[in-house]
Amino acid sequence: MTAAILSALLGHWRRNPLQLLTLMVGLALATALWSGVQAINEQARSSYDAAAATIGEASYSQITAQDGGPIPQQTYIALRRAGWAVSPVVEGRLDTIRIVGLEPLTAPRDLGPVRLGNGVDLGDFLSGAGQIFARPDTLARLPQTGAALQPTPDVAPNTALTDIGVAQLLLERFDQIDRLIVLPDQPITQQPLAQIAPELIQTDPQQGGEVAQLTESFHLNLTAFGLLSFAVGLFIVHGAIGLAFEQRRPMVRTLRALGAPLVRLIALMAVELAALALIAGALGVALGYLIAAALLPDVAATLRGLYGADLSGELSLRPSWWLSGLAIALGGTAVAAFGALWSLARMPLLSGAQPRAWVMARQGSGMAFAAIMLLGLAAALGIWGTGIVAGFVMLGALLIGGALVLPPFLSLLLRLAEGQARAPITQWFWADTRQQLPGLSLALMALLLAMSANVGVSTMVSSFRLTFVGFLDQRLASELYVSAESAAQADAILAVAEDKADVVLPLLWVDRLVAGQPAQIYAARDHATYRENWKFLHAVPDAWDRLARGDGVLINEQLYRRTELDLGSEITIIPGRTLPVLGVYGDYGNPIGQVIVTEPLFSEAYPEVRALRFGLRVGPDKVAPLRDALRTDAGLGDAAITDQSTIKAMSLAVFERTFTVTAALNALTLAVAGFAILMSLLTLAAMRLPQLAPVWALGLTRRKLALLDLLRAVVLAALTATLALPLGLALSWALLAVVNVEAFGWKLPMYLFPLDYLRLGGLTLVAAALAALWPAWKLARTPPTQLLGVFRNER
Amino acid sequence: MLLRLTDVTKNYAGNEKAVLDHVSLDLEQGDMLALTGESGSGKSTLLHLIGGLDSADSGRVVFDGIDLTPMNDSGRAALRRGSLGVIFQQFNLIPSLSIAHNIAFQARLAGRHDPSMVRVLVERLGLDDHLNKYPEQLSGGQQQRVAIARTLAARPQLVLADEPTGNLDEATADNVLALLQDLVIENGASLILVTHSERLAARLPRRAYLRAGRLT
Repeated sequence: MTAAILSALLGHWRRNPLQLLTLMVGLALATALWSGVQAINEQARSSYDAAAATIGEASYSQITAQDGGPIPQQTYIALRRAGWAVSPVVEGRLDTIRIVGLEPLTAPRDLGPVRLGNGVDLGDFLSGAGQIFARPDTLARLPQTGAALQPTPDVAPNTALTDIGVAQLLLERFDQIDRLIVLPDQPITQQPLAQIAPELIQTDPQQGGEVAQLTESFHLNLTAFGLLSFAVGLFIVHGAIGLAFEQRRPMVRTLRALGAPLVRLIALMAVELAALALIAGALGVALGYLIAAALLPDVAATLRGLYGADLSGELSLRPSWWLSGLAIALGGTAVAAFGALWSLARMPLLSGAQPRAWVMARQGSGMAFAAIMLLGLAAALGIWGTGIVAGFVMLGALLIGGALVLPPFLSLLLRLAEGQARAPITQWFWADTRQQLPGLSLALMALLLAMSANVGVSTMVSSFRLTFVGFLDQRLASELYVSAESAAQADAILAVAEDKADVVLPLLWVDRLVAGQPAQIYAARDHATYRENWKFLHAVPDAWDRLARGDGVLINEQLYRRTELDLGSEITIIPGRTLPVLGVYGDYGNPIGQVIVTEPLFSEAYPEVRALRFGLRVGPDKVAPLRDALRTDAGLGDAAITDQSTIKAMSLAVFERTFTVTAALNALTLAVAGFAILMSLLTLAAMRLPQLAPVWALGLTRRKLALLDLLRAVVLAALTATLALPLGLALSWALLAVVNVEAFGWKLPMYLFPLDYLRLGGLTLVAAALAALWPAWKLARTPPTQLLGVFRNER
Repeated sequence: MLLRLTDVTKNYAGNEKAVLDHVSLDLEQGDMLALTGESGSGKSTLLHLIGGLDSADSGRVVFDGIDLTPMNDSGRAALRRGSLGVIFQQFNLIPSLSIAHNIAFQARLAGRHDPSMVRVLVERLGLDDHLNKYPEQLSGGQQQRVAIARTLAARPQLVLADEPTGNLDEATADNVLALLQDLVIENGASLILVTHSERLAARLPRRAYLRAGRLT
């Protein structure tokens, strides 16, 4: 019996290959977009994890110099003698490669590949010319040092791990250590750090890598995009399954009338769908791999440029990724099919199928109600909600509510247009368009989501770009930035700068806990550079003047949002001395809090901290002579001098990469929505003949009908765009002002880009017209005999 | 002469025999002709050729002095809009339009919309209470009356009715046909009625019988 039922069920797909294609391609595309984005994210995260494991930031306390400079080897020895279980690390960049030198006898056993029992010969590692562990592509870029090169895929991308001696040799930092890793097991009695080395500071292990925190915003947005793309694809699947089940209702009735048990019928249909979902899911995961492989180089370049995060440009296949891709395909199909299976299970044996229009009309009012409830929920969460979960629930409610409101919204607009129409063909056009809504609504919802995602993500990325460029203008106001390696070199820089630069701005900071949060306290010299370029989010009147008098401090947005601090709140930055908050400034991309005090106050509080970095203001024509003088007179290398315009150009180049990724995802999502429209129109084409034949018989040519069908698709896309724009902007606002704040502690200002929206609208109309072109062409070429078939009862 | 068919032949791909085989027919203005025949004899096909919905393989179809044979799609569409009215067995109303708009649709296409005439037709056909409804809300008999009103409101020269009462019970069919005849006469139009029913055919002044594609 099972075979007989299956044969009858599968016969439907044989007779409707286009529907099967729609289902499979829709599901494959949905899975591909989701798993492609997930692949990129997983690859990035694994790279951060590898980096964190290599340099030990995530798990261990660290000891560093308060001024950020190197730690003398003698200090390390003094600490060991005083009972401190610490292990030295030398770290620096050789060209673009990060060199990390460890001391394997004292380093924690789980750090990097240098661990016993891991196939590593400790003797070789320590003796002779040493060994360097890195990925093959990194090893290929290293200069010849005589050390044995050991290809090791476990090491983070663009990172080379070696013995501390080899690293000091490579980086030319003899007898210097950059930081000390504090082992978890310390002796019960030991001298306090402040007594042995007061110039050093110990920081607690971080909950996650700094890079991982910084880039989380980027990945969160990518994930949101992937989810939206999946939702777009799911609408296609929902449409295809819904149509297939509706068309199979009579067959199901017949099978039941012939004695097939309902439970078995439903079970077989579920199995049939699961099998199709697995095939389509496998195709989708493979396609997702191709998408990820194509996008990864740009994503890697973006992350490296934006956050200094090293990410391998090569994609590795992971079993978990395959499984999650297949699971989401199965889950998506289950969600899409549940309603159809449920309604089939509840269908009385003797009931006839209800007229489609009436069913849809009833569904329409239900949809409008659900949409209003969801949009109301989104608004309520936007006003009163707190926490990241509320942010995501708001996003979901906004998107689903927006999608559900589309059919009633379009129906209302079309009804109004029909009422205004005077000519009969125009009137029929609007009425007929309204009649097509139920069949097209899922595809149009997919288009709405695709467009909203485009508007939302583009607005967010472009706002981020504008804000970040403006922020760079604030922060990189000085024409040159220079770093000294020692106090003597700092003096040399100052000597040159006094003569050749207009203004010298020392960059001084210390890491401290402020209001219970990890923060940096910065010193600002009273100068127009800060007054003219730094923008406050909130500030008291004359904030700069009061700061210069030492009457208060400025804090960044992160500290403002994470603590109870506000204007006028008192902060203790020196024991026994509290100062009020005078202003809050934007500090985009910084994961931790920041406090700015005036330079004299900073010097009073932290007299031991010397400035080793400086911003130098100079006229544009004097930049080159100043740079030359710093090279020759202060002995600075190129790496120690950073040109403001170079950094800005690099930042802009990074954003262009980001735009490439966003544009590619935008195009893919829009293409998926276009595909949904095409498939819906092709499916509807056969069902439309009885509606079109009478109009043709009454005197409209097939060509005109085809042109009207083409116009219909464009008009529906245009009307959908009118809803997509506000929805997309709301989405963007939710991402920028709610999710970002909850997740990362800073709020991005939102800018509008009307020209971009116009271009997107144009692209959408083109996509809709292209999707409608083939069905319209087919209609124009429909033989009259086929149209007559509608009327003919005999020949 | 309103309509002249000369040696019209039509066949469909896959058929061994022609559906219409050298059919000739004349119809004067005001004529009312009943066309009967067995299933598959070509009655509907003949009606479609006259209505410009299909084209003959050979022979000529001349309507009001215009030869339909060489006409393109646009020309035939214009003829259907302006001079002909077709009533189908399945009614073929436009599902997206209300009954009021369905009735006025063809007249407005032809540029001959006369609200007073529509009102008369609506009243005569008993459709007053249904004007704001949609086709799927009406019974078969009601839909057929709407189809008749739609055709006559456009005041065509020739009404082509393909089994217009095929889905109706006998009493309703009699009423509908009587009404159709009256209205055709009042409008000075001509009528070709395709029917299986000898009883209904007998009520029209002229009759023709199609057998195996030939007119007798």
